[in-house]
Amino acid sequence: MPIDKSIVGKTGKPFTMPIEWSKVREFARAIRDPNPVYFNPELAKQECGGVPVPPTFLQVAAFWMGEDSMPTANFDLRRILHGEQEFEFLKPIFVGDVLTGTSRIADVYEKEGGRGGKMTFMVTEIEYKNQKGEVVAYARGTLVETGQAVGG
Amino acid sequence: MAAKIRYNDVKAGDAIPTVTIDNVSRPDFVRYAGASGDFVPLHYDQTFVEAAGIPTVFAQGMWTAGCLSRCLTDFAGAGQVRRFKVRFARQVWPGDTLTCRGKVTGKSEKNGEKLVEGELEVVNQKGEAAVKGSFAVAAA
Repeated sequence: MPIDKSIVGKTGKPFTMPIEWSKVREFARAIRDPNPVYFNPELAKQECGGVPVPPTFLQVAAFWMGEDSMPTANFDLRRILHGEQEFEFLKPIFVGDVLTGTSRIADVYEKEGGRGGKMTFMVTEIEYKNQKGEVVAYARGTLVETGQAVGG
Repeated sequence: MAAKIRYNDVKAGDAIPTVTIDNVSRPDFVRYAGASGDFVPLHYDQTFVEAAGIPTVFAQGMWTAGCLSRCLTDFAGAGQVRRFKVRFARQVWPGDTLTCRGKVTGKSEKNGEKLVEGELEVVNQKGEAAVKGSFAVAAA
């Protein structure tokens, strides 16, 4: 399928992401991080001003936002790889915050690949604001559609 | 926010704390699926992956990235990370042992904050890179 540049700049419907302690500590355990600031709110308050979130925690939003929040290309889901992910933090994020995320397609481009044939790249940027309206973070993900099935 | 590192004490070439992930196992992927909501079946459904011609389930890339992020929070303190970027290079399989490590490559000041920058990687027991990354953390 030819590359469709017209989707660049397309945004999704803003979605709400409450930062909840149970999910934060569950996430910390899943990535095998024993740092007590995720498990002891009293200590976290003294050390950090609140329970912080692990650097990759915002990634969980990707699986909770509705489909209308996710502007997508016509990618074949069987041939998708997550190529890159970047997080940029501008302000602290703590348990108790309620973030609003807006997803935008930042770029789409093609490259000749190796084994996989022609590859299409899509860069999505999610801007997160907190309940005070401050931009706290950007999450930029690059999805790759390969020429053939992934894995192995 | 309590910074754990002092800008003047850090220099290019310094290693940051290494994190070892012993014996990667299927429960890691299942636990991460539950914690993150990433239920892509490639990471826990053996029947599904075999049908796709893949020998076994493999880690969510973001699980491995999460393990790597601990190097930064151990180094600079939780809440001190300003940028964390990863590129996925290779799958992580059950039974792998991962070494997450990194080093400082430079320092800068941005918006009145002192930043320490560097590069990161996750390598498996064969020394192959599974994830490559870069970072910026805030220092006092």
